[in-house]
Amino acid sequence: MKKLESTLPNMAIVLTVISVLAGGILAYVNSVTQGPIEAIKKQTLDDGIKAVLNAEDLKVEEPDTLESRDIIYATDKGTAVQASSNGFGGTLKVLVGFDGEGNITGYQVLEHAETPGLGAKAGEWFQATGKGNIIGKNPGEKELTVSKDGGDVDAITASTITSRAFLVAVNNAYKAFKGGATDGNSGATTQAAPAEEAAPADSVAVETTNE
Amino acid sequence: MAYILIFITAIFVNNVVLSQFLGICPFLGVSKKVETAAGMGAAVAFVLTIATIVTYLIQKYVLETFALEYLQTIAFILVIAALVQMVEIILKKVSPALYQALGVFLPLITTNCCILGVAILVANGTYASYDVDPSLLTGVVYAFSTALGFALAMVVFAGIREQLSLVNVPKGMEGMSIALVTAGLLAMAFMGFSGVDGGLKLLFGI
Amino acid sequence: MNNFKVLMNGIIKENPTFVLLLGMCPTLGTTSSAFNGMSMGLATTAVLVFSNLIISLIKNLIPDMVRIPSFIVVIASLVTILQMVLQAYVPAVYASLGLFIPLIVVNCIILGRAEAFAAKNGPVPSIFDGLGMGLGFTLGLTLLGATREFLGTGKIFDFAIFPEDYGMLLFVLAPGAFIALGYLIAIVNKIKKA
Repeated sequence: MKKLESTLPNMAIVLTVISVLAGGILAYVNSVTQGPIEAIKKQTLDDGIKAVLNAEDLKVEEPDTLESRDIIYATDKGTAVQASSNGFGGTLKVLVGFDGEGNITGYQVLEHAETPGLGAKAGEWFQATGKGNIIGKNPGEKELTVSKDGGDVDAITASTITSRAFLVAVNNAYKAFKGGATDGNSGATTQAAPAEEAAPADSVAVETTNE
Repeated sequence: MAYILIFITAIFVNNVVLSQFLGICPFLGVSKKVETAAGMGAAVAFVLTIATIVTYLIQKYVLETFALEYLQTIAFILVIAALVQMVEIILKKVSPALYQALGVFLPLITTNCCILGVAILVANGTYASYDVDPSLLTGVVYAFSTALGFALAMVVFAGIREQLSLVNVPKGMEGMSIALVTAGLLAMAFMGFSGVDGGLKLLFGI
Repeated sequence: MNNFKVLMNGIIKENPTFVLLLGMCPTLGTTSSAFNGMSMGLATTAVLVFSNLIISLIKNLIPDMVRIPSFIVVIASLVTILQMVLQAYVPAVYASLGLFIPLIVVNCIILGRAEAFAAKNGPVPSIFDGLGMGLGFTLGLTLLGATREFLGTGKIFDFAIFPEDYGMLLFVLAPGAFIALGYLIAIVNKIKKA
């Protein structure tokens, strides 16, 4: 077969046909994969909520997105809150479970841009089996801070900033939980507001070496 | 103040080449002389800023309006390719002097992943915008600062490589090998900036 | 036999990572562990094989002057398909490679092979060329990833070789990527001369 000449109509036709074909195929693949993608997202979220609340079966109510972009998932077994803070390399997003009294039942790191290998340790470090266990603690009684800042949580070795950012995210989650759970109880919300403004400053490190 | 923070962070802290690994090909390929490196840096700054604006508008007003987000990659790369051609033609007509300086680098830019990468980051709003809602303005500031960071890394690296060509290098390490190790040392130097954004945040009271 | 030669050419003689030095962004950006490097390599291989195949089939239908834009459309569509499939069926890989998946479009290897090989050869050799180049790229990325993971954390493919506390974290970070690749290339140069 001879190669097509580079005439204007030829070029226009070929480019159009290729683009239309490509668009069509992509639309088809998109319609096929959209279902599984949504399902996986929902599955991951459901699994996450179950894991942080230590509950096998639970009913998740309609999620409630706050102004601070934190999301509250109220369930019949407790409340899971998605909150974030500024970490070493970008946003650090966590999902934290609270029981009725505000005690932490579990957590998951959803998204982070911390140093690979070091910052990523946050996923295990603060669990009940880790060295910086925060499970069972109540951020309402005493705000969680690393031992370097006078708190009682051990920071990840050589990742103080990540640890601080993680705890700020957990504290933010608690504030969102209190703010949402008290249903406009002014006492809790006004308390939370100034603290939230101050929160980013906590994640700031003045030291030059972090990880 | 947040804009200054985005500016400084994109140039130094999250340098596009040395910590994000975007635009490595031109970084290694056209960095033998400071002049060419500066030319490439300027060309990228020019195209990246325009490309970000155009792709952002396409994302917001075409792809998202018609629920065609899955065409993002294909639309962006075509827009960038067309844009580079257009910039080349317009520059040739309007400013022959600028075309002389940047012309050689323009065709290379289409396949520079830092353009497509930054366009996608800005369109999806997944870059460090420091509590300011990602918008066209923050996107442009981010894109332009990223390009400056690219130019800075290029020029500094080219300067070191010019010196490097005058010294004796172990045989097996000649060429790309020693260049990569040099780039590694440069990346290490830039790591010294990490955490600076946190300090500045405190300073600016954000 | 000839196809075999084309295959080995990509893996060894013209290895894209160590010899041609193409596709450096994903090479450095995704090799923080052996597994990530391998995933990226295989993803690129998939795109490379299909783009070579499709382009070698339609090469005569494309006028020369619109060659590059047509190739880009084909490659970008393949990458988008890959992106959607990964997101739907292997979300872990999708999450760890992130931005570098759409950036496969601008990987010079793919457009380069389309231009240099698929546009001049038939479908069967083109598949072998794509496979060879892709596997060569995968080999390079896996090797670099394994080196960085081993030196940085004492593991290879998450299998602990020595305690993590003795790892040189630098190799997992950005500078380590450049330095490790620099030394690997020096070693390859040395072997080639011998």
